[in-house]
Amino acid sequence: MVTITINGKQYQVDENQTILQAAVELGIEIPYFCWHPKLTVSGNCRMCLVEVEKMPKLVIGCMTKVADGMVVHTANDRVIEARQAIMEFLLINHPLDCPICDEAGECKLQDYAYNYSRGVSRFDETKVHKPKRVPLGPKVLFDAERCILCSRCIRFCEEVAGKPQLHFVQRGDHTTIETFPGEELDNPYSMNVIDICPVGALTSRDFRFRSRVWEMASTESICVGCARGCNTYLWTRNNEAMRLTPRINESVNSHWMCDYGRLETFKFVNEDIRLQEPMIKQDGKHIVVSWDQAIETAARRLKDFKPKEIAVIASPYTTNEDNYILQKFAREMTKAVSIDYPDHIKDGDEDDILIRADKTPNSTGLKLLGIRGDGKKTGIPEMMQAVKEKKIKCLIVMAEDVASDPAYEKVLSNAELLIVHTWSHNKTTALADIIFSASTYAEMHGTMTNFEGMVQQIKPAIITKGQNRALEGLNMSRWDKFGTQYDKWGRGPRRNARPGWEVFSQLANAMGGKFRYQSAEDVFREITEKIPAFKGLSYQSIGRLGAKAPVKEKIGV
Amino acid sequence: MKDNGSVKRVIRKEDLTFLQKAYITEIAKGLRLTIGKIFQPKFTHNYPDEPWPFQPSFRGRPVLVEEDGIERCVACGLCSRVCPSLAIEVQASETELEKERYPIRFEINMIRCIFCGFCEEVCPEEAIVMSDEYLLAFYQSRDAIYGKDKLLMSTERLAKRLEFLRENR
Repeated sequence: MVTITINGKQYQVDENQTILQAAVELGIEIPYFCWHPKLTVSGNCRMCLVEVEKMPKLVIGCMTKVADGMVVHTANDRVIEARQAIMEFLLINHPLDCPICDEAGECKLQDYAYNYSRGVSRFDETKVHKPKRVPLGPKVLFDAERCILCSRCIRFCEEVAGKPQLHFVQRGDHTTIETFPGEELDNPYSMNVIDICPVGALTSRDFRFRSRVWEMASTESICVGCARGCNTYLWTRNNEAMRLTPRINESVNSHWMCDYGRLETFKFVNEDIRLQEPMIKQDGKHIVVSWDQAIETAARRLKDFKPKEIAVIASPYTTNEDNYILQKFAREMTKAVSIDYPDHIKDGDEDDILIRADKTPNSTGLKLLGIRGDGKKTGIPEMMQAVKEKKIKCLIVMAEDVASDPAYEKVLSNAELLIVHTWSHNKTTALADIIFSASTYAEMHGTMTNFEGMVQQIKPAIITKGQNRALEGLNMSRWDKFGTQYDKWGRGPRRNARPGWEVFSQLANAMGGKFRYQSAEDVFREITEKIPAFKGLSYQSIGRLGAKAPVKEKIGV
Repeated sequence: MKDNGSVKRVIRKEDLTFLQKAYITEIAKGLRLTIGKIFQPKFTHNYPDEPWPFQPSFRGRPVLVEEDGIERCVACGLCSRVCPSLAIEVQASETELEKERYPIRFEINMIRCIFCGFCEEVCPEEAIVMSDEYLLAFYQSRDAIYGKDKLLMSTERLAKRLEFLRENR
């Protein structure tokens, strides 16, 4: 530890830190563009200039190590003037097309222009024109005029994604960024360059012009694309999921997330094929019914089957709470012995950065809940064999599209009663006798356990029918707050969906059980009491960054 | 008897002249004024047959400026953000034109609009301005939501307002 003085105050800091790192940790603001906590220091934006006493010139905070007795000034006249000059330089060839730019509202250059620039330009000459709307890869668009040449994207590809694909070309004010000849920016983490780009030079082709950032509300969530469970922000507008961005969590995903997770794990929430209402099959047709009717029908028909004739399929796509209640329902109410869940492992589709071969977010949670693994042979293939032989006559399926396997599609039509709880129309719901419309991960509270045993929370970002954003405590944008039901932006689609724990609790109660849960938190509290691997956890201790159970359980993945 | 101050006692003038007492002369005086006014220019306006001539500073309903057949608007959403009554809804989309971005949907709820002119003031493209139209009546509240079809107005039609805005920038 060394003692340094910043702006007249003394601090004890780690001697291996730079001035900028120390300032960030101490909460003293030094502006910067090119520095990023997870990338090497390049020192080319010059925005973090600070004055260090006894040094002849201003020095860049990101590159200068702290030393004992160092006296730093981050906001004196000399520094302020230097910053204004740097901002003026950066803005010389910047097109100032904020009205068009997607970054507006979350742009570092915009923020710093307010805070640290002179506010006027003395540049009368013509700006340098460079290519606009350049597709660098399948997911990223590049606007060379907006680029301030901080080189963050270049360093990201080299150092984090491990695939150097970008580089500088030309000289002076004609410098721009290109992919290497014959290559494109197509690494599986390419869209992180959009987040780290301090200006709007790199923008998402998927999200392009879909919404302004200030029109959306963001909710802390978890990516459900693989067993990593990257922390995310889920951005919503008008009750529709708009985009996902990574949320910093050093023990799970650091600052990053993969392109697959970012693009493919939220769109199903908005899709037209979402189940709008619970349904039952009558004379070969699905008709919409109320929740009470659907649950009552299910309860009545389930009584016709012996425990041996019932099989239950849980799902690692949904939360611990849903699966725990489903399991409890199966064991206590139907006394079913056949209970399992399918694996979704894509062999080879993994790396040592984030992506995992297991494409479900909660398979570890299901293992810890003991849904599989009491030694009995009740795997999905055996179950299907039994359905084929008509030993199992009733199937309860949660969130899994079992019939997507063509071999199983035929088998499932043998079942006398097929109850499905899922969020979208699929091949299984086509065969189902009773369909419960399910809340997606974007519409409910719950927890998921990632492959390392980290229990993480999801929160609702989208409301279902009958809910109110304010009463549910959801994050709200200005439009959410002040719009009324007569305004268009308050009229986004709402499905009559419920989470699994709620549906199967109600079903259990309809069959004479006593499942008294008011919320997902109640369910989780019971899980922590009953399941040793969850002992000592609570929603509060999980918080926004997740937690591991204090008890070390052997987790085989 | 106490005077509480609120009761006024009217005292008739006692010293009227003879001509005043004769009454007829006073009527003639009044008629002179009336007849005299008949031949002076009128203050009243034959509304709605004759439209009122507005100063360019008048703030009528907001419209989108149409230049060479396309709107100037780039759908930045600032008008929507600044609108204190949340009347404006914009959805952007991509265009092949140089401006890259245009509003695929632009709607102003004229029931919500309060004609404050903030949208005009904030617009970086001078694409939304206050016109001189003010006749807004609807049978259905949904008719009050004006889309691009009703909002676009040519630069020629808005010439006076645009000139006024440039002079007073």
